[in-house]
Amino acid sequence: MIKNEALIFEKSVPGRRTSLLPACDVPERDLGSMIPTEFLRAQPPELPEVSEVDAVRHFTALSKMNHGVDSGFYPLGSCTMKYNPKINEDVARYSGFSRIHPYQSEKTVQGALELLYQTDKMLAEITGMARVSLQPAAGAHGEMAGLMIIKAYHQHRGDTKRQKIVVPDSSHGTNPASAAVVGFDVIEVKSNEFGGVDIPSLKAVMSDEIAGLMLTNPSTLGLFEENIVEIAEIVHQAGGLLYYDGANMNAIMGKTRPGDMGFDVVHLNLHKTFSTPHGGGGPGSGPVGVTKELVPFLPGPVVERAVDKYVLDHNRPLSIGRVKSFYGNFGVVVKAFAYIRSLGAAGLREASETAVLNANYIRARLQDDYELPFGKTCMHEVVFSAQKQMKFGVSALDIAKRLIDFGYHPPTIYFPLIVKEALMIEPTETESKETLDEFIEAMLQIAREAETNPELLKSAPHDTIVKRLDEVKAVRKPVLRYAKEV
Amino acid sequence: MLSEMGNDSIQELFADIPEPVRLSRDLLLPPALSELELASYLRKLSQKNINLDDTSCFLGAGAYDHFIPSAVANLISRQEFYTAYTPYQPEISQGTLQAIFEFQSMICELTGMDIANASMYDGATALAEAVAMAVSQTGRNEVLIANTVHPESREVLKTYAHYKGIAVKEIGYHNGCIDLDALAAACSDQTAAVIVQSPNFFGIIEDLGQAAEVTHQHKALLIASVDPISLAILKSPGELGADIVVGDGQCLGNPISFGGPGLGFMATSKALMRKLPGRVVGQTTDVDGKRAFVLTLQTREQHIRRDKATSNICSNQALNALAATIYMTVLGKEGLKEVATLCLNKAHYLHDQLIQSGKFAPVFSAPFFKEFAVTSAGDTEALNDALLADQIIGGYALEKSYPELKNGWLLAVTEKRTRPEMDSLAEKAVNHYD
Repeated sequence: MIKNEALIFEKSVPGRRTSLLPACDVPERDLGSMIPTEFLRAQPPELPEVSEVDAVRHFTALSKMNHGVDSGFYPLGSCTMKYNPKINEDVARYSGFSRIHPYQSEKTVQGALELLYQTDKMLAEITGMARVSLQPAAGAHGEMAGLMIIKAYHQHRGDTKRQKIVVPDSSHGTNPASAAVVGFDVIEVKSNEFGGVDIPSLKAVMSDEIAGLMLTNPSTLGLFEENIVEIAEIVHQAGGLLYYDGANMNAIMGKTRPGDMGFDVVHLNLHKTFSTPHGGGGPGSGPVGVTKELVPFLPGPVVERAVDKYVLDHNRPLSIGRVKSFYGNFGVVVKAFAYIRSLGAAGLREASETAVLNANYIRARLQDDYELPFGKTCMHEVVFSAQKQMKFGVSALDIAKRLIDFGYHPPTIYFPLIVKEALMIEPTETESKETLDEFIEAMLQIAREAETNPELLKSAPHDTIVKRLDEVKAVRKPVLRYAKEV
Repeated sequence: MLSEMGNDSIQELFADIPEPVRLSRDLLLPPALSELELASYLRKLSQKNINLDDTSCFLGAGAYDHFIPSAVANLISRQEFYTAYTPYQPEISQGTLQAIFEFQSMICELTGMDIANASMYDGATALAEAVAMAVSQTGRNEVLIANTVHPESREVLKTYAHYKGIAVKEIGYHNGCIDLDALAAACSDQTAAVIVQSPNFFGIIEDLGQAAEVTHQHKALLIASVDPISLAILKSPGELGADIVVGDGQCLGNPISFGGPGLGFMATSKALMRKLPGRVVGQTTDVDGKRAFVLTLQTREQHIRRDKATSNICSNQALNALAATIYMTVLGKEGLKEVATLCLNKAHYLHDQLIQSGKFAPVFSAPFFKEFAVTSAGDTEALNDALLADQIIGGYALEKSYPELKNGWLLAVTEKRTRPEMDSLAEKAVNHYD
């Protein structure tokens, strides 16, 4: 088997190491005198034995096999891969933020508590909510906390029949998964011909067993739900609450607010809308915001402002409880705080306006060559279908892989599930017209290639360190860890 | 751009937002700051906090001030790592994928388990997810948790369990260890899992082997929550019979950062592979037969299985897991053992200094790793305040979580603490009572 970069274990040489620690400055005792020998390990774990330069070269080599936002355009729909300002990385590393212990006394962490309190207030204003908890670690975690709040609210009113959550068929997979984690049954409603919630279907499922509706607006199709006011009325009249999946918040900052649309609970993804980097899959941060009526149910503790100081309020009898250790992914919150303070109200609105402009520009320029399932103005992302190209045997996957040859990260594909051969493109506001034009030219060329040379697409990508993978083999014969060859 | 699109204004693009819900004013936010102003403002805000660089920290209780080699921050700052997303396109994500594969391998080495996932949010949520796994695997609905498990982990578990309809019973302690008799009495064929932390919240090394024996008598699963650094010298939970191993990995190369972001980890046996939550990377080959790595076993996950998924987790703590991988690589086999041994020796040194002073008494007599509990005649908050005046961050007041341990003081000693720092702490703490 040909290997690219060897595994770090394969570079290991017995006895090789880097000396990083001082000698022990207290009397050294025999391990067995401190810990009974039956608890002690006979051999240390087989971690790699390499020098520092070996390690640095190894991980540098690995990094070169990746594509990041700084490498080039990354129009991965639904993920909002906007540019991550460098200053945010610097400020999060200030020792006053990165080198503080969560159990230090409140008087020694007033700056951190102030930052959490101010972020709560700013996110509440942006979403039209009363308060926001910064404890959830990611979007799905925020969803889970938000759904727990909905359940706790109904239970507190003695309304124990509400055990079902409604989600549209276009929803993110995390929505039904989070509902299940919280012990709800999931009811799916279909989308109408315009990509919105089908109102008759929604009315048909509403009952006194429905705890709430989870909605992404703009939807995962990149379309604003025009009937949102009516939908909110339907859900509220039936006694349910409205949950806002904030994955697509980047389209509407300063233009409209979930609270004004009638939503009761909102989660945000700071790693999408608020520019914190995605880190190769995390860490994120998934704050959950609620209306005034639901504030008592927020996860605890909550930062409150006393006369002359900030305090952690642990005494919250109706709280759903804790969902994570300490106060959430604080370091991520610092970056989002820096972002909001950099942009201000006008800057955030302009970010959303430009994100929507950029997506519509791509829509307008590609709609003759790629099928547009919902032929209307989109918001911050546009969903095409590769159905036209399928006539030549070329799939959304092939188009995605061919884009890699042009130096782009592919769009999200095969999602939302209700669009066949979906290609979901989210350019974000941080891309220039020149970048968009180059991408569009590549997409147009690929559309031509699909007709004239489909094989070129089906064999793509061509210049990457590995080509298409045998994913079936990975599942059938799982190799999930290194094992020494004997 | 607008003219090429056939639009007159950007406002037209927002026409789908119904008039009544449009925001007709500016958001009420503080004025925008330039980069220069922002850096200065945040510097000042950060300086309102007392940070560990300016103090000697003896506070642990789940978040630890371990040494972080320079190579870690340097390498995770490479944009190819931190500005990428989940490696959905393996051809241009081999760096992240291989690093996760190496992370999984190292976690398996430490824990003595067959497989590990790509990370969880933190140790507490990893524990709660392990319980969900055990409930799903056994079809039973009750779990027993030692109350020597971190109080916040128990809180998080109770939150998750309440909404899933899982009953959680706490098992008390005896001499700082799980009360094995009480465990044996409580464990039954209704028990899905027993959860034990080792070293536990008091820093004490639990007898996982005995806990496993009791647990397995009732065909329940043992979930062990562990400190990964301790596993450089302690017998692995896999060897001792654990079925699922979780823990918090902040101590592996991640700044303490007011409690996050760090990472949780989870490892288990092959038998439980299909119940594992979260991302997993596997090895395969590409069309040319070259070795390659890819996200695998995805039919467990939310984006495929929706409400039937093993968990709702999507984003995890990938960059923190990368930091942990680099940390374990740079320190290596001998280095991690050295860290563990230094912690152990230093913690015992400080323990003995305090006890020999006559002003402090041990709370328990069981073996401990890098943390230990002592008690004194006075209030620990007052003691910590006095130490703060000398730039020492004292221990955790155990009374907050264990009302019966009045004046209990939990001190953590990492390899970073020097003998002069420990002597100073001991001297000041003893003087406080003179």
